Amino acid sequence: MTDQAYNFAYLDEQTKRMIRRAILKGLAIPGYQVPFASREMPMPYGWGTGGVQVSAAVLTPEDTLKVIDQGADDTTNAVSIRSFFERTAGVATTTATDEATVIQTRHRIPEVPLREGQILVYQVPIPEPLRFLEPRESETRKMHSLEEYGLMHVKLYEDISRHGHIATSYAYPVRVEGRYVMDPSPIPKFDNPKLGEMAAIQLFGAGREQRIYALPPYTQVVSLDFEDHPFEASKADQCCGLCGATDSYLDEVIVDDAGGRMFVCSDTDFCTARQAAGHRGQDAA
Amino acid sequence: MYVAVKGGERAIENAHAWLAEERRGDPSVQELSLDQIREQLALAVNRVMAEGSLYDPDLAALAIKQARGDLIEAIFLIRAYRTTLPRFGASAPIDTGAMACDRRISATFKDLPGGQILGPTFDYTHRLLDFKLAADGEVPEAPMRAAEADDVPHVTDFLNREGLIEEAPQDDTPPPDLTREPLEMPADHALRLQALTRADEGFTLGLAYSTQRGYARNHAFVGELRIGSVPVELDIPELGFAVEIGEITVTECETVNQFKGSKTEPPQFTRGYGLVFGQTERKAISMALVDRALRWEELGEDFVGAPAQDTEFVLYHADNIQATGFLEHIKLPHYVDFQAELELVRKLRRDAGARDMQEAAE
Repeated sequence: MTDQAYNFAYLDEQTKRMIRRAILKGLAIPGYQVPFASREMPMPYGWGTGGVQVSAAVLTPEDTLKVIDQGADDTTNAVSIRSFFERTAGVATTTATDEATVIQTRHRIPEVPLREGQILVYQVPIPEPLRFLEPRESETRKMHSLEEYGLMHVKLYEDISRHGHIATSYAYPVRVEGRYVMDPSPIPKFDNPKLGEMAAIQLFGAGREQRIYALPPYTQVVSLDFEDHPFEASKADQCCGLCGATDSYLDEVIVDDAGGRMFVCSDTDFCTARQAAGHRGQDAA
Repeated sequence: MYVAVKGGERAIENAHAWLAEERRGDPSVQELSLDQIREQLALAVNRVMAEGSLYDPDLAALAIKQARGDLIEAIFLIRAYRTTLPRFGASAPIDTGAMACDRRISATFKDLPGGQILGPTFDYTHRLLDFKLAADGEVPEAPMRAAEADDVPHVTDFLNREGLIEEAPQDDTPPPDLTREPLEMPADHALRLQALTRADEGFTLGLAYSTQRGYARNHAFVGELRIGSVPVELDIPELGFAVEIGEITVTECETVNQFKGSKTEPPQFTRGYGLVFGQTERKAISMALVDRALRWEELGEDFVGAPAQDTEFVLYHADNIQATGFLEHIKLPHYVDFQAELELVRKLRRDAGARDMQEAAE
């Protein structure tokens, strides 16, 4: 079968319409998880089928797509999803954050602030922030509708009493416009402050769990915390070995058998752009 | 020296090329044809059709070949293909009473109208490796007899005449479709049956087995198990009547379960139901047992906390494509999250160390 045998961006138009309705509902009720009839996609659940379906539903032929995984454009799964849309939608692709109109991401928000007109699509494994406190979907939906979030605060409090800190370092829960508690997908909590007041549209797709949720531009998003234990966006206390950035999220890379390590920007586009502008870190060649 | 890795694309291409080579195996060995798979690995084909929710033996054979015999991978290929197909309409309900039975047995009555037909079953074979088969697979022709033309009545109908088994009233409500609507709780009976018929065979078997061992025991008898072909009819709106569009083979299992009665129901037998594409006996019996276990609420039974009673647990975890996808995704990169955890654990250890020092000083 040739690629032309499939509709633009793979999904048929009825499916896209169904997904767009879920997206619009999500945008109208920020942070609310909208059930949608997720389709089997030609990649496995857990590989970003939710994000891929959302991207397929919002892509137009004029769009420029960027796909990142762990902040990087060249991670194998990012490469695979990008080539999927190159084949099925024929859209232009880029690795430059500011050139992209649609950015599909797994586990990171780009370092460069996004602007109006851009859409950031997150791949979400477990959309329910209350899931590990209450395994039943029927119960958690009730808790959301009754705004019953006490359990979450108790969990965070127990962390503090046990460890002295809130022991959640990624997928750190947030409250949207003072209403829904939302899982921001497994981004490091370093990225949490970027969620709020973002100029771009943020869409979250969970394929296996059949949920879509959204943050319209300039939405108030607050990471859960306590007055005496305020939220803190943390990262490795280092600077990038390649571009010298001190304010970007860093990956730790083991470089020799003796366990020597260096730190590099997780956002590869950010790092490359800085190096092109002449910035150098201590380990740069 | 670390350089940001480029080359994901080439790595993927090379991996795919290697995979294709491994799939083919030793090129001096003759290649498998789809006909061979369809005809000689028919039970694998049946499982792929059943859990792939697409009745097409040729496509299932292709999927098995492409998946190197990994049936869950083959089911995935079928599912991903199926989801792109347009819906022209829904067939009329099949009538299993009119089935041309290859096999039909009842464990509850020694003899019954329609007779016991063993059919092509492993049941009474001795599981001894047949080394002759390694050299020569030719078989003598099996004895033949003319088929009975009459419909074969359902065993449960006999019990029904005496009021000994609960009624299963006809319900013409169009059933929900979990491939078109998100699966939401509570799930009605039709939706549960749809989820179970495409559920993973192993998962369903394990749950069914757990009910036999006492986790929500439901004392099942196989009232009847039948395998055979049934015609599929489709209403054509332009014609105004139903037209036969083909035949499918299905396995149907009806269990008769002991029931002591409850506050609302008199003592009578209850039902469990399994219906699966193809000759898929183990799956159909498992499905019937799990179906019965999930019906505790409508029968006024107690929830004893057994996994097989828990609709949400069963339905959300029975799909092997969802399960294997999420399970296997943990091999994808998680550098970013792991880094965040690394920082956190280091910080907690620093704090704990500082506390110990302070305590020692005091």
